[in-house]
Amino acid sequence: MLRRLRHHVAVFFAVIGPGFITAMVDNDAGGIFTYSQAGAKYGYLPLWTLAPITLLLVVTQEMCARMGAVTGKGLSDLIREEFGLRTTFFIMALLVMTNLTNVMANFAGVASSLELFGISRYLTVPAAAAGVWLLVVRGTYARVEKVFLIASSVYICYIISGVMVKPDWTQAAIYSVRPVLMLEPGYLTMLVGMVGTSVAPWMQFYLQAAVVEKGISAKEYAESRLEVIVGCIAMTVIAFFIIVACAGAIHDVAPRDIQDATDAALGLRPFGQYAFLLFAIGLFNASLFAACILPLSTAYTVCEGLGFESGVNKGLREAPVFYWLFTLLIVIGGGVILLPGFPLVKMILLSQVINGALLPLVLIYMILLVNKDRLMKKWQNTRFYNVVGWTSVVILTGLTVALVILSLRDLAGA
Amino acid sequence: MAEPILYLTELLGLKVYDLRKRPLGRVRDAVLVPRLHPVRVDRFLVAGGGGYAWLYVRHDQVAGITLDGIWLCDEMLVPYHADEYALRLVRDVLDQQIIDARGRKVVRVTDITFGIRSEDGRDVLHVLEVDIGMRAVLRRLLQGWVPRRWVRRLQVRIPPNSIRWELCNIVEPDPQRRLRLNITMEPLEQMHPADLADIVEELSPEDREAIIEAIDTEVAAEALSEMDPETQARIIESLDAGKAADILEEMAPDEAADVLAELEEETTEEILEEMESAPKAEVEELLEYDEDTAGGLMNTEFLAVHEEATVADAIDALRMRKDLVDTVNTIFVTDTDDRLRAAIPIARLFLAKPSSPVSELVRPDDEIIQTSTDTPASRVLELFDKYNLLTLPVMDDEQRLAGVITADDIIAVLRNR
Repeated sequence: MLRRLRHHVAVFFAVIGPGFITAMVDNDAGGIFTYSQAGAKYGYLPLWTLAPITLLLVVTQEMCARMGAVTGKGLSDLIREEFGLRTTFFIMALLVMTNLTNVMANFAGVASSLELFGISRYLTVPAAAAGVWLLVVRGTYARVEKVFLIASSVYICYIISGVMVKPDWTQAAIYSVRPVLMLEPGYLTMLVGMVGTSVAPWMQFYLQAAVVEKGISAKEYAESRLEVIVGCIAMTVIAFFIIVACAGAIHDVAPRDIQDATDAALGLRPFGQYAFLLFAIGLFNASLFAACILPLSTAYTVCEGLGFESGVNKGLREAPVFYWLFTLLIVIGGGVILLPGFPLVKMILLSQVINGALLPLVLIYMILLVNKDRLMKKWQNTRFYNVVGWTSVVILTGLTVALVILSLRDLAGA
Repeated sequence: MAEPILYLTELLGLKVYDLRKRPLGRVRDAVLVPRLHPVRVDRFLVAGGGGYAWLYVRHDQVAGITLDGIWLCDEMLVPYHADEYALRLVRDVLDQQIIDARGRKVVRVTDITFGIRSEDGRDVLHVLEVDIGMRAVLRRLLQGWVPRRWVRRLQVRIPPNSIRWELCNIVEPDPQRRLRLNITMEPLEQMHPADLADIVEELSPEDREAIIEAIDTEVAAEALSEMDPETQARIIESLDAGKAADILEEMAPDEAADVLAELEEETTEEILEEMESAPKAEVEELLEYDEDTAGGLMNTEFLAVHEEATVADAIDALRMRKDLVDTVNTIFVTDTDDRLRAAIPIARLFLAKPSSPVSELVRPDDEIIQTSTDTPASRVLELFDKYNLLTLPVMDDEQRLAGVITADDIIAVLRNR
């Protein structure tokens, strides 16, 4: 009995990585901004959305991890094999566009978080870009994954800074389970934003590819699923503390709109230098982490889908498209941040729109694939799971479309 | 152009005209029957009548094939029916992974190139190449949207990237279907085991297991030895115990023991049960030792002769162990109690008279470097480094020669650090 338990624990630690990393990167610069904004403006009220967000996240992530473990193939591989090159190309083109803007947003996060410490972006962004590039190009998958896992643990910063602000824990507890709906455009926009940023298309591709790369088999899948669920919960715990910190520090003092995530960090300053520092460090870490994963994941996915050689374990000569795509994403993504007058806000809004167009597509293909008898055998979705899956797809699609409309409105206004 | 060619992307959607030049339908797929002809397209699958009725057009019913259409010389078409001997290029090959035996890698098929050949005055298609790379991607993207001749003109700027059809190996996990489609494992078996291992590791678990199951046991064992321990364990686990045992018997006992050590105990027992007694005993003995000790690193396959044997006896002993000929570099001399007396570089045998006793080959300055089964691996590494060893004999608790550690074992240990 004890031996079996020990075996399961050992397997759990062997499979840890993909699910955890994916969920953590989901709290990137954009995510932190959304949660900070929600807490600063509406206090504890939005906390109830975290439980359903976790569920949606778990449902979509679990399907990908399962497909990866059972078929041993990435999502873009499967889409290519089952739906042909043109579909794959279309999806990949959208993915590159939306991920490029995401990379920009995260380099912007690197720049602004370090500017809080008075370091110029003309120093930090090139250094971060070079660091990211070297880490991935010079490392092997196992080593890169270890660095990523360490980066994941830095998110604890948010928990500590959340506690230091001394928020109203009773209110936080109550509003975590009590849904509050207000028919106010600002509040609805915020809800849509919170759910809309929680599930992104790149996550599905990255998670499945990472599960395959790690060589997790259908047999070890039980532990892998647990890892995915634990990762998703950890992600919402972080989100919870970000909201609570901003609610305690900004909303409880004077509710207001914040302009970006660094604004939130500054709001924490009156509650102690450390709360501010940790929040800023957390933002820097999250931005850098996402700026690492997004180009890597994009290059992987595109090369897999279109049939080019890929992988950090291959050399530049063996996998030229992979390295070029990866490098360009970093160079362009970091470069535009240094251009004075670059319309970054517009680009991020545009990214939301492309994201919203791509996500439903990816989710629908995913559910179609996971129900293929030939691919999944006894690991297909059960009927119950399909109902939950399709419902999630409909909800996510509805909310993302709403977000697209809102972004388009802002884009027209901006 | 030396020979008129046609791409699969061009063939698809091509109009088929009947004897009175009226369009009958459009091509949807091309069928190869490898048992009849290895490269000739045997039939076309044509969708006519608004796309609902699928028909077969046999190659001998076609008079001419051009970029503008296919003209028939016989209209007696049969409706589509499933055929287990048929390889449908769009369904079974396009967008799937195949193995490039020459380039030794796994590639994804983006397009297929046919040559238009003349057979008894009629046009037939022969599969020439599988296309990968950007040029084929362009054709796929424009297929059906841009006229065929324009696509040809557009693509010339992009360098082609193709693999000759004879060098392509289709990955088919079902052994029965492999037989019906005449897919052999020969090209894979002729590859270097290390290359084969790299390819197999890139495939999905299902395809990976199918290949190991299908290829020659000896090749499978060699390829498996080149993979990392986790992958080895996964593949062995997926095979039935009998097949797994056959493969492990072909592997060096120390490697086989390493694989088994990765598996769950039950599976290990099952496989051991299926193994023949001699290799089984060796593997079982090795399994007793901790992985990080000399016992876990050592191999029980070595060449030893009694101290009273002659050089001719020693050479005979070598002849009896053909499996060792390629790797062995030292011959051990033992006494009646299996205790080690000397270790002699094998080359010395050939410089001596066949009738002289092996003990005469020992030189006074020969020092026996040896170790025991419970020595930690790190100490073993030190010994190899310090004395520049190729082979290190390992003694059991009773000071009998139990096995040897060779330099390749040490390289594997160093690489895994």
